[in-house]
Amino acid sequence: MTPAHAEPLLKSSHLLGIEALSVGEIAALLDLAETYVALNRSASKKTDLLKGRTLINLFFEASTRTQSSFELAGKRLGADVLNMAVTSSSVAKGETLIDTATTLNAMRPDMLVVRHADSGAAELLARKLDCCVVNAGDGSHEHPTQALLDALTIRRRRGGFEGLIVAICGDVLHSRVARSNIHLLLKMGARVRLIAPRTLLPADADRFGVEIFHDMKKGLAGADIVMMLRLQLERMSGAFVPSTREYFRFFGLDHEKLKAAKPGALVMHPGPMNRGVEIDSAVADDIEVSVIQEQVEMGVAIRMAVLDALSRGLAQGGRNAP
Amino acid sequence: MTRRIAFRNARLIDPASGLDVRGGLLVENGRIADIGPRLFNDAEPGDPEVIDCKGLVLAPGLIDARVFTGEPGSEYRETLASASEAAAAGGITTIVVMPNTDPVIDEPSLVDFILRRAAATAKVRVAPMAALTRHLAGETMTEIGLLKEAGAVAFTDGDRTLANARVLRRALAYASTFDALIVGHAEDPTLTEGAAVTEGEYAMRLGLPAAPSAAEAIVVERDLRLVEMTGARYHFSQISTRAALDVIASAKERGVAVTCGVAAHHLALNELDVGSYLTFMKVKPPLRSEADPAAMVEGVASGLIDIIVSSHDPQAADTKRQPFAQAAFGAVGLETLLPVALGLHHDGRAHLSHVLKALSATPARILGLNAGTLAKGAPADLVLIDPDEPFTLRESELRSRARNTPFAGRRFHGRAQRTFVGGVCVFERKSGK
Repeated sequence: MTPAHAEPLLKSSHLLGIEALSVGEIAALLDLAETYVALNRSASKKTDLLKGRTLINLFFEASTRTQSSFELAGKRLGADVLNMAVTSSSVAKGETLIDTATTLNAMRPDMLVVRHADSGAAELLARKLDCCVVNAGDGSHEHPTQALLDALTIRRRRGGFEGLIVAICGDVLHSRVARSNIHLLLKMGARVRLIAPRTLLPADADRFGVEIFHDMKKGLAGADIVMMLRLQLERMSGAFVPSTREYFRFFGLDHEKLKAAKPGALVMHPGPMNRGVEIDSAVADDIEVSVIQEQVEMGVAIRMAVLDALSRGLAQGGRNAP
Repeated sequence: MTRRIAFRNARLIDPASGLDVRGGLLVENGRIADIGPRLFNDAEPGDPEVIDCKGLVLAPGLIDARVFTGEPGSEYRETLASASEAAAAGGITTIVVMPNTDPVIDEPSLVDFILRRAAATAKVRVAPMAALTRHLAGETMTEIGLLKEAGAVAFTDGDRTLANARVLRRALAYASTFDALIVGHAEDPTLTEGAAVTEGEYAMRLGLPAAPSAAEAIVVERDLRLVEMTGARYHFSQISTRAALDVIASAKERGVAVTCGVAAHHLALNELDVGSYLTFMKVKPPLRSEADPAAMVEGVASGLIDIIVSSHDPQAADTKRQPFAQAAFGAVGLETLLPVALGLHHDGRAHLSHVLKALSATPARILGLNAGTLAKGAPADLVLIDPDEPFTLRESELRSRARNTPFAGRRFHGRAQRTFVGGVCVFERKSGK
């Protein structure tokens, strides 16, 4: 990369969440990602920026989308990428998260991308290991690269965040995507609304500095961006909503409800979608309003930017030096 | 041969009688033989053993009414012996151990086992509580009469709340037949299932499974209604919220025979201390909002909260070195009970004697123990306290087998210098340790 890029971009040597990032760091990551959007659209998508570096994808929860996005990002930057899907069987053998991670750490990776079902798992690994840790989703806590890719998508379409009204709809309670997006959007000057039944909103959610709505049409009124969340059926340990059909009737996004939003409002979804539960296919597939495919494209660029930014700390601090 | 120890030049504090004077105390054959402001004042006592207290506080040894150990069943966490080492260093001369062991202490022979093991291995007195229901399953009451005869000082399911109100009602009614004390834990089991922290803004930020703090007051209210119905003697092992305290206050006003305790960590810590997923801050019930510890301190100061306990719960490193939601609950506390409690005195919230009362005389009265007093004839369970000595708590210096303290690196003022059980010195602090 150009010498200008060799400047350290992030204060931390890990990316564990959006909450700890500054506005400047977020903007710098988005700027850097723009260069990778261009690279990814060219014929030769590869650089040798991370040549010789090893990246391990450690996924304790299955995820096709995020894992392949990180894998592509690492490979396009020239790193050696190892995908580790940690099945529940190795957990059943009694190996703890720390055991698994320290074993991998002994193989001297430079970067570890981790997804885990427990909040704080990435933070725990960052404390115990001596490589860069990227949080690819920890429990209901944060999913920083998702929020960054959403931000990149929004910025490319709307030019900025100041004054935008963003409505985040659905299962906020269990959603790490929602938490990361709330932090990011508020930092960048957007207004955030949460729309959900009371059972899917955390207690004291209003103390985040967001507006709370329990009615889709009221919450969507005048919104520039509509972010739908996946109804995380696999996380439901109790009955949070009585049925999916009732949920779709009142909180699923269809063209009728979308009319309440600002004309030309963008519809986003972190995927994978539950069609007919939180979003109607007619909206999801409407290329006039849906930017869901674009989010996936931005995902690779953002992850390249994150790996690039963190690798600068590696080179400078001599982390992982033998 | 009569064995005598003369303590001179002490600040004698006996919270049971309100005594707080400079003076001396004589121990004979393990019992307090004499006490008074003029004792050993002028002449050197002619005894073989004289301890010059140099103006430090000599008080009844502390009684910790809520201690978990791992014996029997998980001795790698803590044995009665290792817990007693920690207790002695903390100025505690009686530990009341919980029945949550493997096997559960729900049989008279197991109460007997605890007492024999304690006599053989422990440096301090051990008073066992027995299970209130068999296997702590919350279904069938234990043999309360026989267990009491065997030496159980109270009946509790430890850190479990009895979910079934009918079982509790019957157990309370039956226990009152024997004037047995029932000790409850107040966390609604369905509301708190799977929860790691208290519901609120901070829990939301961390994305951790959370339970509303009302889960405590809900159980307190239910239990008190059943206590009123049955006339049982009841003690809440530890409460942590202002709401629960309000419910207890109104019951006490109605004349209900209820007492309650608070864990030292709920006086000094709040949910923000969880920081970035520090699992040593994961306790049961969880740390509460910033306002609750202040309410707890107020409760101790006013006497509404009767006693302070450590809730000592040793956990091995591997069960704490986990993602927060997976990590074990519990914090060791025997060696920090007194330093944390002394904080109330230093902050001007409560008189020193009042603080010591909540750690000795009152738990003795509630549990019916012959301890917690400097009265003539009482066992010479004593602690010599320097109430002002500044120190920083070092995890590595803890005597407990487990080191899961939430207070590592904290600065305190005051701790035990020497501890005596039945007139025998079981702990003497080497300077600076």
